[in-house]
Amino acid sequence: MTQQVAPPVQGGLNPPSVEASRTPALEVRNLRKTFRDRRSEVHVLDDLALQVQPGEFVSIIGPSGSGKSTLFHIIGGLTAPDSGSVFMDGRDVTGKKGLIAYMPQQPALFPWRTVEDNVLLPEELRGTQKAVARANARRWMERAGLAGFEKAYPHTLSGGMQQRAAFLRALMSPQEVMCLDEPFSALDALTRSDMQRWLLDIWEETRRSVLMITHHIEEALLLSDSIYILSARPGAILKRIEVPFPRPRREEILLDPSFITLKTEISAMMREEQQERGQ
Amino acid sequence: MRSWWSSVWPPVVAVLFFLLVWQAAVSIFDIEKFILPAPTAIGSEAVTGAAGLFQHTLATLQLTLIGFIIGTTIGLVISLALHMVPFLKTALYPLLILSQNVPTIALAPLLMIWFGFGMLPKVIVITLVCFFPVAIAALDGLARTDRTMMNYMQMAGATSWQIFTKLELPHALPSIFSGIRIAATYSVMGAVIGEWIGSDRGIGYYMMLQKSGYRTDRVFVAILVIVLLSLLMVLLITLLEKRLIRWNRKS
Repeated sequence: MTQQVAPPVQGGLNPPSVEASRTPALEVRNLRKTFRDRRSEVHVLDDLALQVQPGEFVSIIGPSGSGKSTLFHIIGGLTAPDSGSVFMDGRDVTGKKGLIAYMPQQPALFPWRTVEDNVLLPEELRGTQKAVARANARRWMERAGLAGFEKAYPHTLSGGMQQRAAFLRALMSPQEVMCLDEPFSALDALTRSDMQRWLLDIWEETRRSVLMITHHIEEALLLSDSIYILSARPGAILKRIEVPFPRPRREEILLDPSFITLKTEISAMMREEQQERGQ
Repeated sequence: MRSWWSSVWPPVVAVLFFLLVWQAAVSIFDIEKFILPAPTAIGSEAVTGAAGLFQHTLATLQLTLIGFIIGTTIGLVISLALHMVPFLKTALYPLLILSQNVPTIALAPLLMIWFGFGMLPKVIVITLVCFFPVAIAALDGLARTDRTMMNYMQMAGATSWQIFTKLELPHALPSIFSGIRIAATYSVMGAVIGEWIGSDRGIGYYMMLQKSGYRTDRVFVAILVIVLLSLLMVLLITLLEKRLIRWNRKS
């Protein structure tokens, strides 16, 4: 397997065209991680490197068990890598917590808080004045179609609404980089495509730096500026793909021939990877 | 309303049937009153003796509440200390479990010797029976904090105090309350036992007094009062729980 990722500095196969001169909002360099216990060793990440430019939407696609969640735990500072480092705005922040806005795979809304109180939690943790935080939360909830549910408890909401609330909670976090861990994997197909469109709209309006894990190729292509394809365990970057479609994007691009070609290409690459590992 | 009624009537009928059998058996087999009084005899004694019982009931209720509050507080403090200092937990948790093999009731006479016949030894007895269920339930609840929510809080950069007050404590609250509810019923039992061993008032004292006079009907009335006190305590806790936990308790 050849290392095809753009090296941390310049050059490589796919140099980020315009933004190469800027400092990446998030950059991980040469991450390695092996989990050991008395019986076994699991090599999870192998020399993984990636970059998220400011205002860029980046996706990571990979087979299940390719260490995607471990990657987020390392970026979030919960797990220490064996080697390698995490940079934000050019500073080494390896092992530092509280620097990313995180949206977990399950909504993980606190059941004892109303939806509104859940959404404003990150501002509350930062010590923002309650009234200001509340006004912000209200504004975003209205934008997300959650108006009227401010005082509801999360368990009364549908799965899609819970995910939207969880997304708003990440969006309201003051941290620049958002990390979304398979945000829609728990939803049914219909709700999922609704949520993708919704996220596309919101993101194109706010332009935060986003790193999203998914195993849904179409979702990645629809939303992202660039896509990293991750190998099976131990996870390493197989390829970085720039998504050429202009913004603002409409759902119609799903039917665009070049979209379909790209989708087929990626899925072939992933199938090949899985077969190679299977032998 | 209908579903409420359909779940209420079967036990009510069962109790009425049981009382009926009891009443019939006592008159058919001509059982002595001092061995087993009829339900009607107990009922009339409860009515006529209510005034004399009132003071005793009040004394027991007061003792129960004091002991319960102290015991629950100590239970919570212990669980918080063990939760916050992992070393304390590994060191003391097994001892805590072991300590429950000492029958608290057996300690009561010892406590009387050490602390006399006042309020203190009885409060200690109640505290000893109360703190354990609270401490264990709270520790258990605190240890079971949802991993995803915990990851979220840590990634968001929450301080450990924020994690405790905004996540661990509310998450453990239902569990803590189930411990407190057990402690509430135990506290009435602890109070009565304390009064048996040495007291000059309270339901336990009243029971001992009537026992020596073979007034079995009055002993039954005392038991009835104890049951009602227990129910009252549980009711209080349930109301408090309803006020504090408004979200879906099933999840």
